[in-house]
Amino acid sequence: MPILWLTVIVLALAALGYVIGRRRALASGDGRIRNLHSLPSYYGSYVAMMTGVPAISLMLLWLLAQPFWVNSAVLADLPVSAVADGSSSSLVMSDVRRLADGLDRAVAQGVMTEADIDAMGSDLSGIRTRLGNVGVALGSDVSTDILTSAQDYRTKAATGRLVMSILVLAVAIVGFGWAYQRTHKDFRARNVVERGIRYVLIAAACIAILTTIGIVLSLVFNAIAFFRVYPASDFFFSLTWSPSFGGGSELGILPLLWGTFYISIIALLVAVPIGLFSAIYLAEYAGPKVRGVAKPLLEVLAGIPTIVYGLFALLTVGPFLLGIFGPDGVGWMQAGTAVITAGLVMGIMLIPFVSSLSDDIINAVPQALRDGSYGLGATKSETIRQVILPAALPGIVGAILLAASRAIGETMIVVLGAGAAARLDLNPFEAMTTVTAKIVSQLTGDADFSSPEALVAFALGMTLFIVTLGLNVFALYIVRKYREQYE
Amino acid sequence: MTDASMPTATGTPERKVKSLTEIDARTAKRNAAEKRFKLYGMAAVVTGLLFLVMLVTAILTNGLPAFKRAVVEVEFTLTQDQFDAAESKLLKTAEYNTLFITALSETLRERGIDREFDAAAVDRLLGSVGGTIRAFYRENPDQIDQPVAFELAASSRVDRYLKGTFGRDDVTEEGNRFFINADFDLVDDMRDAGLIRSAFNWVFLTGVDTGVDNPGGAGIGASVLGSFLMMFVVLILALPIGVAASIYLEEFAPKNRFTDLIEVNISNLAAVPSIVFGILGLAVFIQFMHLPQSAPLVGGLVLTLMTLPTIIISTRASLKAVPPSIRGAALGIGASKMQTVFHHVLPLAMPGILTGTIIGLAQALGETAPLLLIGMVGFVARYPDSFVGGLEGPNSAMPAQIYNWAARSDAVFTEKAWGGIIVLLVFLLAMNLVAILLRRKFERRW
Repeated sequence: MPILWLTVIVLALAALGYVIGRRRALASGDGRIRNLHSLPSYYGSYVAMMTGVPAISLMLLWLLAQPFWVNSAVLADLPVSAVADGSSSSLVMSDVRRLADGLDRAVAQGVMTEADIDAMGSDLSGIRTRLGNVGVALGSDVSTDILTSAQDYRTKAATGRLVMSILVLAVAIVGFGWAYQRTHKDFRARNVVERGIRYVLIAAACIAILTTIGIVLSLVFNAIAFFRVYPASDFFFSLTWSPSFGGGSELGILPLLWGTFYISIIALLVAVPIGLFSAIYLAEYAGPKVRGVAKPLLEVLAGIPTIVYGLFALLTVGPFLLGIFGPDGVGWMQAGTAVITAGLVMGIMLIPFVSSLSDDIINAVPQALRDGSYGLGATKSETIRQVILPAALPGIVGAILLAASRAIGETMIVVLGAGAAARLDLNPFEAMTTVTAKIVSQLTGDADFSSPEALVAFALGMTLFIVTLGLNVFALYIVRKYREQYE
Repeated sequence: MTDASMPTATGTPERKVKSLTEIDARTAKRNAAEKRFKLYGMAAVVTGLLFLVMLVTAILTNGLPAFKRAVVEVEFTLTQDQFDAAESKLLKTAEYNTLFITALSETLRERGIDREFDAAAVDRLLGSVGGTIRAFYRENPDQIDQPVAFELAASSRVDRYLKGTFGRDDVTEEGNRFFINADFDLVDDMRDAGLIRSAFNWVFLTGVDTGVDNPGGAGIGASVLGSFLMMFVVLILALPIGVAASIYLEEFAPKNRFTDLIEVNISNLAAVPSIVFGILGLAVFIQFMHLPQSAPLVGGLVLTLMTLPTIIISTRASLKAVPPSIRGAALGIGASKMQTVFHHVLPLAMPGILTGTIIGLAQALGETAPLLLIGMVGFVARYPDSFVGGLEGPNSAMPAQIYNWAARSDAVFTEKAWGGIIVLLVFLLAMNLVAILLRRKFERRW
């Protein structure tokens, strides 16, 4: 574990730097704290910071960059013969990487030695089983070219690691020395250390931006790769969804979008009336005791993981509905997994979203509006219907939109409860499928990542991201605007 | 006030009833509407709570049987001669099997039941008894010649028969290799003789996933460990990063475009569907950075990115709740801005921050969809051998394991899935309780 050791060494140097820096500062001030510009611990922290932060940052950057460099270097040396027909250099490279990892692990566990690997040269029959014994499964038998490349990969990676270790240690030592030499009683250590901490805080805040960039880039690049192998017009306008991993798939998004919206609409038809009336009752009618019990209990529904709802849909609600609407009952339903099952369960999940947000919004309506209405002789329900709800309407619409975005992005309930068939149908007792469920099914198979059947998941993901993002931005805009109105 | 002084004679509609104590038709209608409206509200709340009750009932009735299993208790004495004789045979376990059958039928006869059965029946009902017995005596040679009470786990079909979810109608006359009709009689006899009893199923809590041939032995232990490893990664990454980001945004950030950009990003990330984070994890951590698939490390990274917005939002709320007078006092006696924040504001906000973090962790613990995409649904039949190996090696997580079991057709796995949900919810409940207690104990009203 050389990286672990390297980190430990750098951290130990930093700790040493803290002690020495503090001592040197004190000594330069004749051992009296009042002679120093800053508290002695700041001098120590300064040395520790200058030792550790640049070195660790360099190490992280190097670890991120090295695979690219090694990859391209090995790829450049890869013999043309190694890439068989029907294969691609990226596939071969992943074989090479897996073999190299396997050899590394075998050597680390002591199953093989470097000499063994060199001696293998031409006899490659046993390597697959031997690596299988250390838990590395190779997809196919190893050819000589691939073994050579894997060895090349290992040497280059090892060289890279070595250079990195030397550089990181050098940076740590230089930082240490420089900071140590600057440590003096007149040095403004606190200001420098605080500026350093500030940069760390800014970096932490930037992770949110990096995450968004990461999401957008990973979706965009893979979606572009998808549209290169599959026409965009077919994807957006075709009415059939029938992927087949053998090729010749039809990948139209419309049936999936229809399933998504249909299930979401049913979910909202369940959640909005129940959630809204609960919010009205809890905000306007219920006494503090009822409110104190019912509100947290309803919110428990929001805290239950979606896998639980998925199982509830698959094993409880589905069979229950099948008993009523199935062949033994009305005869409308063929299987337990259907739009109505998923929609109903998702509606239960969304009740607390609608009720909590609406509750907040109803409570934010100024008491003066109520008092005015009561003063004119309106009853409580008339006040609610004619004064409070119109005043709270924008906020409630925002809450419903947030719930809708939650419904569209929900995965586990539809994966387990809605079925797998993609179809354009109006019958809520039929099985349908959604964008999220298909993302899961297209990416959890053994498909190779460059086939359109796998890449389509990224185009689906991008559609999902854009739709939910649009809904959220719109909803937040409405809610915020509404709040400002009464503040 | 001006209205009151105006003459009231004009414009008021004629009232049919003059007395105020009598209710006219219109008022009665309005009052009825009022009552109806209130009733709708109550009905909505009751419906919501009813759904909760149904959910909890479904979980408990379906899941609790997973914690019980039938065991067969047979007292058995092995003499030294029998041991030596069995060890000298070629098929050693078969020999122990025969010895066990003799002991079992003798016990049955003692209790007044005479029944013939063969080794295959024992195999169907109890699995490989001979191997278990042999392993026991080889480990404990001092127990030879002494009566030993063996507690043997019954097969999953016996288990389900006794729980009532599997019956005589489920097998054909000749049966299959797992169960035949005659086995029911033997099980009935054993139950009447008091040899079968229900015991707590420790294997379910400590075991690992099993294949379809041994559904009864499947346990959630390894995936609990996988979940813990992921939560460890989330905790050590999300807490410091989230707190640092919140401190910057709440205490230092100037009001400018860059800060706005961060704010918008955080509020949008909080609402991005979890499956999109799974796509991010797949594309960035696995395709791009070549981190190992199915590893709790990668799962932890994805869940970290997912919970960061939650933690940042709650941390900012607790930082905001610290009154400005504290900052003013610290700055007034000469502390720097950084010292004010780290020495005074942060410690006061800490209970709130921890509460928010625990709630964020609980949310991450139950998340399934992103884990499916980074491959944490594989079949994991062993515990990791070390901490680092556990982080890097393939493992499952509780919700992913539940999903995996739910997708299998065997009813025993369905029961396990419900049982797994109980385990998951117990963890979530415990975390939320800790959060509530923290809030109760340390909450300060300024």
